[in-house]
Amino acid sequence: MNLWQFILQNHTEVLELTLEHLWLVGISTLLAVLIGIPLGILITRWPALNKPVLGGANIIQTIPSLALFGFLLPAPWIGARADRLAILALALYALLPLIRNTYVGIQSVDPAVVEAGRGMGLTDRQLLFQVELPLAFGVIIAGVRVATVISVGLATIAAAIGAGGLGEYIFRGLAMVNNQVILAGAIPAAAMALLADLSLGWLEKRLSPH
Amino acid sequence: MNDTRPAIEFRHVSYRLDGKESRELLHDLNLEVQSGETLVLLGRSGSGKTTTLKLINHLLKPSDGELLVDARPIREWDVIRLRRMIGYVIQEVGLFPHFTVARNIGLVPKIENWHANRIAERTHELLQLVGLDPEIASRYPRELSGGQRQRVGVARALAADPPILLMDEPFGALDPITRAELQREFFQLQKRLRKTVVFVTHDLREALLLGTRIALMEAGRVVTLQTPDQFLASKEPLPCAYKDAFGTGLQV
Repeated sequence: MNLWQFILQNHTEVLELTLEHLWLVGISTLLAVLIGIPLGILITRWPALNKPVLGGANIIQTIPSLALFGFLLPAPWIGARADRLAILALALYALLPLIRNTYVGIQSVDPAVVEAGRGMGLTDRQLLFQVELPLAFGVIIAGVRVATVISVGLATIAAAIGAGGLGEYIFRGLAMVNNQVILAGAIPAAAMALLADLSLGWLEKRLSPH
Repeated sequence: MNDTRPAIEFRHVSYRLDGKESRELLHDLNLEVQSGETLVLLGRSGSGKTTTLKLINHLLKPSDGELLVDARPIREWDVIRLRRMIGYVIQEVGLFPHFTVARNIGLVPKIENWHANRIAERTHELLQLVGLDPEIASRYPRELSGGQRQRVGVARALAADPPILLMDEPFGALDPITRAELQREFFQLQKRLRKTVVFVTHDLREALLLGTRIALMEAGRVVTLQTPDQFLASKEPLPCAYKDAFGTGLQV
């Protein structure tokens, strides 16, 4: 049985696992965006927080993903359901590129532009929303792009704790020593990563001010 | 603006950079800028000209002494209000690259809630005032030449008709011909507008052309404060050093 036949025969399951995968990646990335971008802005305002925040996000990145899933297992509410746990872990991994790119994006706005804005009497909020964030947008989207692509790959491991997604096929294929089944999980996941990369890359280009 | 009192007044103002070796950038500065005059701060790099300027719009806070704008101590001002009545032009211009020329000029009027029609009229008027074709209102800063950008910078600073204008080497990055053009035009403009202008430069010719008075600065102090005529006639060592450096043919 070749790969195509396998996918066609199991198309409802493939679709279901793909949607599950999308859900894991989508929700976790959204969560990471909602936490990471404000944190990135915060550390441009309070430079003292810069090292602890970026350092913390860095340390999370160095934890092997299986170990992180394991660490979170005893957490109340989170540990009760595999998908919650997977979403939290994926969001934690996605934090670093988001915080860092938001910070770098704002820091790299031309200092003359910021000084002119301040000198004209823009409030800190006006400066942030009208000048700094729009000018940093391309770099921030690049962070979302990196985070999403990493997430699509990492989410396959979520199957190990029973959170579903395309990793199911990969683990099943490994257990059955069946490359066809592994590919049935790996190829849609790779396609999803590629698609996310292309579409966010397009958005990054469209929304870059220069 | 109260015409009898100085528009800007420095009383024993010092500015220090805090840190391990605290460095004093301005020492016991006393200076009055009269309403409607163009006071030029002349001096070499690091003499404290820009620091003096940034104290006026409170981008820097004085370490000691008191600074009054419109006869009111600066700490009593709401900083945002203060800055909106002070136009600010810098050498790098600092136009917002993601805004069109019109939005750059109209930003302060817009956040001051001017009506859209009034902003459009004002933008049109300002572009003409600084010698630009109002057609360029829809362009982005990257599509302009250096001279055009600086003209837009001046127009933007004038947008909400502030009584005070701070200019930090505004023409310093331009080629000599464009620079001379903008200097002459600004001179004509200032004759009509009568703003209170504090103008930073290291170019003596520019100082003589534009200044009603010239404050010569060195190592964080004002060394001499003279009219351009007095400066040219001066026998003091530092003004003489300046005149020597700029050679012959100096005139007011």
